[in-house]
Amino acid sequence: MAARFDLWTTLTEPLIRQNPVTLQILGICSALAVTTSLATALTMSISLTVVLTLAAVLISLIRRHIPDTIRLIVQIVIVASLVIVIDQVLQAYFAEISRALSIYVSLITTNCLVLGRTEAYARHHAPGPAAVDAFGNGLGYSLILLIIGGVRELFGRGQLFGWQVMPLADQGGWFTPLSLMLLAPSAFFLLGGLVWAIRALLPEQAEAPEHEPPTEVRAAE
Amino acid sequence: MTDLWVLFLAAAFVDNMPLTLFLGLCTFLALSKRPESAVGLGIAMTGVLGVTVPLNWLIYQGLLAPGAWTWAGIPDLDLSYLSLIAFIGVIAATVQLVEMLLDRFFPSIHAAFGVFLPLLTVQCAILGGSLFMVDRAYTFVESAVFGLGSGVGFAVAVVMLGALRTRLAYADLPAGLRGLGIAFILTGLMSLGFASFAQMAVSQ
Repeated sequence: MAARFDLWTTLTEPLIRQNPVTLQILGICSALAVTTSLATALTMSISLTVVLTLAAVLISLIRRHIPDTIRLIVQIVIVASLVIVIDQVLQAYFAEISRALSIYVSLITTNCLVLGRTEAYARHHAPGPAAVDAFGNGLGYSLILLIIGGVRELFGRGQLFGWQVMPLADQGGWFTPLSLMLLAPSAFFLLGGLVWAIRALLPEQAEAPEHEPPTEVRAAE
Repeated sequence: MTDLWVLFLAAAFVDNMPLTLFLGLCTFLALSKRPESAVGLGIAMTGVLGVTVPLNWLIYQGLLAPGAWTWAGIPDLDLSYLSLIAFIGVIAATVQLVEMLLDRFFPSIHAAFGVFLPLLTVQCAILGGSLFMVDRAYTFVESAVFGLGSGVGFAVAVVMLGALRTRLAYADLPAGLRGLGIAFILTGLMSLGFASFAQMAVSQ
């Protein structure tokens, strides 16, 4: 098997086909919370990709030395230390965005995406492929965040990255902002719709029915 | 007393963890496929949140907050940047302790929880509870009430979603929407419903 081809697949697979948010159900919490504007979504994406890649490399480097019983604690401590660094950097240089993200940067620690990838991949692979896998997953996550963030900012405020794309009606333009877009429910609807769209294009991702309709009435419990 | 009650209701309904703050969604969606596991998750969340938030309050105020070491002659020491690691440690230890206690004294409940007790260590809602507690500068009693309220809110939401998803057995959904897609849309609808609690809080 050509090694280069392999790395390329590892990098591109998580973008759509194995997307961490829409297929693996990892890291949804932060994906929805920070997507009211593109700027916060982009900051969050970059922070997460950096933490994820570094954590994967570090854990992969010491993977032969971590005892199996305490590996979760070791992994969490590594991830938490990286997150503290990122958080301090954001507070120092991007104070405004850091305030907008509030606790969600710290919550990268418990983002299931980070632990999920280190558990599933970095623990069994050399640092090189682990970094590529982590980076690919970070990009897949970023893609979803930017799509949702872009839609919510565009329709909620008529802006993209803070620039007025569609002139607002109360400022002499034609666009009336949909304030629902900035509230929590719309994030769920958008992500649900996105999952639907991806699965309509890639039917092999569709899930089997969750519950078989009961064939007989069960006895009262 | 009424203040505490208002705080409890606000934590449980207005600032509902999964539906308005998007916290703990991974477990929220993964374990709401059937009501039984949803009830188990709800109880575990309430217990762990109710214990860890006040415990982390003690650790933060006693060891980490700026000026906490004044009594030892070092008033300038600010260890608050360590709070993340400290909180995670406390949460992991609490979850482990709860698991061991249940295993020892209530093996049947422990068996019912299965894998999701250890999973709570990496639950964003639990860590989020502790971080909000620092952010909003609660007192000790307030932090306990806040922890319990958030847990109850999470339990209510997850049981409701579990019940709804069971009913989907009778719905003929498009293939692409089955599972995750419809779960998101249901959560969105519930989130709309919970948004009305915010109006109640305002008009009060």
